[in-house]
Amino acid sequence: MHTAAGSQARLPIRSDMDLVWVRQHVRQAAAQLGFGLVDQTKLVTAASELARNTLVYGGGGTMETEPLVEGTTHGLRLTFSDDGPGIPDLEQALSDGFTSGDGLGMGLGGARRLVHEFGIESAPGSGTTVRVTSWVGRPPRPREES
Amino acid sequence: MLRLGEVLLVTLQGDLHDSTAQQLQEDLAETIVRSGATGVVIDVSGVEIVDSFLGRILAEIAGQTGLLAARTVLVGMRPAVAITLVELGLTLPGVHTALSTEVAMELLRQQAPSSRFGGLRQERL
Repeated sequence: MHTAAGSQARLPIRSDMDLVWVRQHVRQAAAQLGFGLVDQTKLVTAASELARNTLVYGGGGTMETEPLVEGTTHGLRLTFSDDGPGIPDLEQALSDGFTSGDGLGMGLGGARRLVHEFGIESAPGSGTTVRVTSWVGRPPRPREES
Repeated sequence: MLRLGEVLLVTLQGDLHDSTAQQLQEDLAETIVRSGATGVVIDVSGVEIVDSFLGRILAEIAGQTGLLAARTVLVGMRPAVAITLVELGLTLPGVHTALSTEVAMELLRQQAPSSRFGGLRQERL
C-alpha cells in the first residue's frame, strides 16, 4: 500500500465554518477517487461527526486527508487530531448514547459505523487522534452486534 | 420561510452552518407563535448531508413545533442521506415525513383542525 500522488491536504478545525470546509473537501476528494453517492455521503457524515468532536471536545485541531491505493482499489484516509484534554474512557466514548457535550452521543460510535477502518488514540492530557479509512466499492463491514 | 395559508414552508439548501441551523430553530418557534401557523413543512431535498447535529436540530424543531400546537413534516430527504442516518443510529422518531411538498400539505390539511386551546377558548367566549 502506498500513498497516491497529490490531493493530500491538511485543514484547520477552529470554527463551525471550518466544519463546512471539512465536509466540502472530503466530498470533493471522495468524488474524485470514485466513491459512489451513498459512500460519499457516509464518509462526509463521518467526517462531520469527527470534526465536530475535534472542535467541541478537543478545543480545535486539524484534519488531514490522504488518498490511498491498494492494488487497484482506491481509498481515502482522514486523520483528526487535537491537543485537547483527551478521552479517559475510550470504550465508554465509543458506545452510543454517551456524550459529554452537545449532540446525541452518536459522534464516535456513529462515525465508526460509517467507515471501513477506524482507529483512535487518546489519553488524558495528551489529545486525541482519530483515523478513519474507507475504500471505493468495498461492501460495508459486517455489523458487530444485532 | 414562506407562508402558505396556515403552513410555513422552509427550504434548506446546501451545507448548513451549525449556527444557521440553530438560528432557524429559534426563528421558526417565534414565527409559529406570531403567525398562528398550524403546520411546518421543511424541504430538505437540497441537503446533501445530515449529521447528528443537524438531525438533532430537526428532531427538536418537530418537538417544539408540537408544543406550539403545530405539526412538522420533513420533505424530500435524499436516499443517500436516509441510508446514512439509519447507519448513524438516527431515525428521527416523532418526525413526520413525506416524499413531496404536495403530499406534506395534504397530510397537514387532513390533520387540521387542531385542538388548539386558544381556538376552543375563543369559541366558548
